[in-house]
Amino acid sequence: MQFNRKIKLNSDIPTASMPDIIFMLLIFFMVTTVLREYSGLPINLPKAKRIEKLKSKRHTTHIWISKEGLISIEDKLYSVKDVRHVMYDKRSANPQLVVSLKSDEEARMALVSGIHNELRKADALKLNYSTKTAIN
Amino acid sequence: MSQKKRRFKGGEIPTSSMADIAFLLLIFFLVTTTIDMDKGLGIVLPPEGDTIEIRKKNILNCLINSQGKVLLGGDPVETKNINRLVKQKIQENENLIISVKSHEKTRYKDYVAVIDQLKRANAKRISIAETGD
Repeated sequence: MQFNRKIKLNSDIPTASMPDIIFMLLIFFMVTTVLREYSGLPINLPKAKRIEKLKSKRHTTHIWISKEGLISIEDKLYSVKDVRHVMYDKRSANPQLVVSLKSDEEARMALVSGIHNELRKADALKLNYSTKTAIN
Repeated sequence: MSQKKRRFKGGEIPTSSMADIAFLLLIFFLVTTTIDMDKGLGIVLPPEGDTIEIRKKNILNCLINSQGKVLLGGDPVETKNINRLVKQKIQENENLIISVKSHEKTRYKDYVAVIDQLKRANAKRISIAETGD
């Protein structure tokens, strides 16, 4: 019995579909990238253990509170009573809004409590105290 | 003067460099994408003007003073013990609501530490009272 020997062995990786794959990856990263980011205020976040991840950056608005008591939303400084109007507009534009409170660990509770009240008045009720992960 | 007639050879866009261009864009977006998500302690605030009367036995007051010392149900406790104590009390009474009240000058750090402890005790009903003197 004779075997037919294959002489030609095609060992090339097909590159014809490579651009398509690259484009697909490209589109994925384009969609997931949020370009507009704010630098906020210089703060030291407190540490906590039982933390949750925020689901989406698109639905998150950050409020920075510095040690000195400054309040910053999207790189603009506001006083406590202005927070209501700013957050109300955001909340009406996006009902899924989650507010991430990035407050310095030395900030005083009087200010944080004031922000709580303003957020309640603006009906932005989902709040997240931004923290670092505590080790042990 | 004679003019040479050029023969039209069919216009084609060179596609050999397309992959390179796509790669370049891909790398740009790879670099600018931040995968790490924000993390923190989630809490839902009560709606405005929403006051419910609660029976006294279902409330556990948790007071934080300006030095970060905690008074849990009238007894002074260490922050790191809140987790254990609250767990016990929730087991005794499922409907327990923990009301956290802090002094105006309490540091945010101490407040977050208390909320973290309550979260670790699986306390679902946390109420945040306004600050007082």
